[in-house]
Amino acid sequence: MQDNSDKKNEPRQFKSEVKNLNFYYGGFNALKNIDMVLHDKKITALIGPSGCGKSTFLRCFNRMHDLYPGNRYEGEIILYPDDVNILASNVDPIEVRMRISMVFQKPNPFPKSIYENVAYGLRVRGIKQRAILDERVEVALRNSALWDEVKDRLHHLAFNLSGGQQQRLCIARALATDPEILLFDEPTSALDPIATASIEELITDLKSKVTILIVTHNMQQAARVSDYTAYMYLGELIEFNVTDTIFIKPKNKQTEDYITGRFG
Amino acid sequence: MAEESHIKIVPAGKLGYSFRRHLRERFIETFLFMSAVLSVAIMLAIIMMLVKESFIFFQHVSIWDFLTDTQWTPLFDDAHYGILPLVSGTVVSSLIALLVALPLGTIIAIYLSEFAPFTVREVAKPFLELLGGVPTVVYGYFALLFVTPLLQAIFPELPGFNLLSAGLVMGIMIIPYVSSMTEDAMRAVPMNLREGSYAMGATRFQTAIRVVMPAAFSGIAAAYILGISRAVGETMVVAIAAGMQPNLTWNPMEPAATITAYIVQVSLGDLPHGSIGYQTIFAAGLTLLLITLVFNIIGHVLRKRYREIY
Repeated sequence: MQDNSDKKNEPRQFKSEVKNLNFYYGGFNALKNIDMVLHDKKITALIGPSGCGKSTFLRCFNRMHDLYPGNRYEGEIILYPDDVNILASNVDPIEVRMRISMVFQKPNPFPKSIYENVAYGLRVRGIKQRAILDERVEVALRNSALWDEVKDRLHHLAFNLSGGQQQRLCIARALATDPEILLFDEPTSALDPIATASIEELITDLKSKVTILIVTHNMQQAARVSDYTAYMYLGELIEFNVTDTIFIKPKNKQTEDYITGRFG
Repeated sequence: MAEESHIKIVPAGKLGYSFRRHLRERFIETFLFMSAVLSVAIMLAIIMMLVKESFIFFQHVSIWDFLTDTQWTPLFDDAHYGILPLVSGTVVSSLIALLVALPLGTIIAIYLSEFAPFTVREVAKPFLELLGGVPTVVYGYFALLFVTPLLQAIFPELPGFNLLSAGLVMGIMIIPYVSSMTEDAMRAVPMNLREGSYAMGATRFQTAIRVVMPAAFSGIAAAYILGISRAVGETMVVAIAAGMQPNLTWNPMEPAATITAYIVQVSLGDLPHGSIGYQTIFAAGLTLLLITLVFNIIGHVLRKRYREIY
C-alpha cells in the first residue's frame, strides 16, 4: 500500500474532507477540532476506547444527529466531487443520506420481507417499476453475498434470518441505492466469530465499489480490513495514518499504548 | 434497615429451613393468586347469570325467531322477539363511531409519536386523556343538544333522535383510547429501527408509515379492537341521542335503538321481574357479550400472529 496520506494529494483522490469539525450534544463538546480525510474507494477505520466519540463522528457523515434536538455541528465535512459542506444548514440531511448509507451495530431489518428490506431505499426514492426493483435487489443481495442463501425465500420475513444473515441483509439494503460512502458502526459487535469473518470479507470486497468508514472496537479487525486508521481519544483525533503505520510505528505515544493494549 | 434485621446470614454448618420466611412467601403467593382468581370468578358468574336467564327466555322464544324476526316489540301486545333491529342499530352507530375514531386516533398517534416535539406531546397527551375522562352522559347530551341541531342545519329532514349524531359523538369519545394505545405501541418500537429507515433517506412520514406502524402492528390492532369493543358496548350516548325505538335500518339518518340502549330502557322501566319482557334483556346482554367476545378473540389472534418482533 502506498502512503498517500500526506496532504500533497489532489483533493479528487479524497472522497471527503473533514475540516475543523466540532460537535456538541447540547453543551457537551463531543468532537473537538477534527481534521481528517476519507480516501476514495478505501477503507478507513475509526478506533479508540469507549466514549471517545468515534460513533458520534461516524454519525456526522449522514447527519444522523439531526434526528434529535439540541445537537449542533461546527466546521465542515466536504463531500467530493460536489465540493459541498454536507453539514451546511442549507443541505437537506435526507439528500445526504441518499448518497451516504449506513450499517448499524445491531442488525436492524425492518418488519418486512427480505425483498422489501432491500428495496426499501429504492421505494422511498419513489422507484416503483418492478423490473428495476427486481434487478437492484438481486445485485445488492449478490454484492452482500446473501443471494444464494435467500433467493428461494425472498418474500419471507427478514426476522427469520440468522444474526449474520440479517447484518448482510442490512448491508444489501445499504448497497441497493448505490451509495458513495458506506458507514459501518461496529457492524460485527453483535455477531459470532464466523459471521464476523464473513462480514469482514464482504467489507473488503466492497472496497472496489464504495468508500468505507468503519467504527470498530476490535483492533485486529481494523488491522485486517482497513487501509487507513484514525485513533480517537476523548473526542479528539489523536493520530491518523496508513493502517500499517498506525499499527507498526505509531508516532504518538498514546496511540501506541492503546494499540499495544496498555490501556483502553 | 429494619427489614433486614431478621434476615440472618446463614453461618457455616447451620444450613436449614426458615419456617417464618416460608410462611410469609406462601401468604403473599396465596394473596396474589386469590386476587387473580377473583376477577376470573366474577367473569364466570356474569356469564353464568346471562346464560341461565337467557335459557328461560329461549324456552318461550325459539332461537330461530330471535335471530331472524325483523321486529323487536317485546313490550307490545303483538310481541316479536327479533334481535336484528337492535343489532342493526348497534352496528350502524358503531361503524360511524369507528369511521371517526380509528382514522383520527391513528393520525393523532402518528403525530404525537413521530412528529410532535417533546413539549407538545407532554401537553397534548394529558388533554387527550381528559377527553376520555368526560362522563359519557355528558357526551350523550352533547350529541342530542349540540351536534344534532348542527347536523339539522345541513340535513333539515334529520330527526331529533338519530344514529348519525350519536355515532359521531361516540367516535370523538373513543379517539383518546385509540390514539393513546396506538401511540404507546408506536413509541415502543426501538429507535434503531427508525434510525435504519432514516439512514436510507426516508422522511419522517415514510418512516412512520412504512417501518414504525408495521413494527407496532400488534399493539395497534389491540388499540383498534379496544375501540371497537367500546363502540359496541357504549350505552349512554346512544340511549340519549339515538332514540330508543328498535328499528331495523342501515340508514344513519334514522332513529334506532342499540342493544345497550334497550337494556337500559327495560332496566329502568317497571316490567315485573320474571316476565318474558324482563327476560329479554338477558338474551340481549348475551348477544352483546358474544359480539364483543368475537372481537376480543380476533384481537388475541392478531396479537399472537404479529407480536412485536423487532
